[in-house]
Amino acid sequence: MSKPRENYNESVWGKFNRWLHGLSPIEYKSSRQWHYTDEELREKFEADIARAHAAQQKEKRLYAKYRYWPDKKGVPLYEKIYRVIAVLVCIAVIISLLIMVAHLPIVGQYDNPVNNEVSQRYIEQGIQETGAVNIVSGMILDYRAFDTFGESHVLFIAASVVFIILRLGIGKEKEIEEEKAREAENDRNFEPANDSILQMITRILVPIIFIFGVYVILFGHLGPGGGFSGGAIIGAGLILYLEAFGFEKIEKFFTLKTYRAISITGLLCYAISKAYSFYTGANGIHSIIPLGTPGHILSSGLILVLNICVGAVVACTMYGFYVLFRKGDF
Amino acid sequence: MQWIEFILLGFLIVCAIATCLSKKLLTSVVIFMSYSLIMAILWFLLESPDLAITEAAVGAGVTSILFFITFKKIGVLKGEEEEEDE
Repeated sequence: MSKPRENYNESVWGKFNRWLHGLSPIEYKSSRQWHYTDEELREKFEADIARAHAAQQKEKRLYAKYRYWPDKKGVPLYEKIYRVIAVLVCIAVIISLLIMVAHLPIVGQYDNPVNNEVSQRYIEQGIQETGAVNIVSGMILDYRAFDTFGESHVLFIAASVVFIILRLGIGKEKEIEEEKAREAENDRNFEPANDSILQMITRILVPIIFIFGVYVILFGHLGPGGGFSGGAIIGAGLILYLEAFGFEKIEKFFTLKTYRAISITGLLCYAISKAYSFYTGANGIHSIIPLGTPGHILSSGLILVLNICVGAVVACTMYGFYVLFRKGDF
Repeated sequence: MQWIEFILLGFLIVCAIATCLSKKLLTSVVIFMSYSLIMAILWFLLESPDLAITEAAVGAGVTSILFFITFKKIGVLKGEEEEEDE
């Protein structure tokens, strides 16, 4: 038998037991807040109000200062700085360009870097090596054919990008039809449709323009001209025809499919024939393509083919640009 | 023969300045066309007919047509006509 503890109430178990049965008295620590008098409360409240008011005033002042600063001072300051910097940059560019010009070789001097062996070789051996009477054609389509290849691709990519940006929504046939109708009405507001003077002149001029363009392309290796200029001429002829007779007539023979086929065939033809030419030319292998007699139309190896390819691509691109700008679609 | 080149160069400068200073866009483009044509003649006189053909076809022809189409699209020409009507 255990003896009862005297200080049971003080022991841990006792405290726990009391806490468990809810008998332990809850002690509140007195806080200063609950003992404010009315006076003190009012004072405190007024102080708070005053502080909030002051903060508001400060905010307003700052807002006025910084909200209207750009309009009152910032923009004029910016404009002044802008002008000064613009003038300074302009002067700097002018000075640097002038310095560069001063360091250029003197025009027409014999030992200029322009007069090196390359141009000498082009002039002396050009006809023999490329078979083209027109030295310029020989240069751009034989010695430097890779550059011209890149140029044709630049044109094709530019047309594609215009196509992506300006073409109306793809896959929504109904909306495209509506948009086309609206565009056609819009066009009719600007110019008289079926203008008889324009049509008459176009009937006479367009065949001549086309024939001249074809001549410029085909005789590119014999005289002035070549693929790019001839293609531009044919493209301008197509545009003139379109202006005179409208989209219905031209879409009988030139649509998006034609454009796609001609462009891609031209570029592929160029790439393949030039790849062959590089392969044989760069490795010194005998080429099966004869150079022919200089001065004949079927001469100068691949230059004629390349001229036709470039001309087709350029003509299609010119016309494609025009149609895309005009109508937004083929 | 050289004086023709000098006259053409003078025209070239006048055209270049007038293109910048003319207030109507349509006038600017027409002057720019004439700039290209003068440039084409100059290329021919400088003995590069290839460039002359290209400049005449692209500079005077296609570029200006694309400019006109753009003006039509953004409605610049229409606005000018309305002003003249009023």
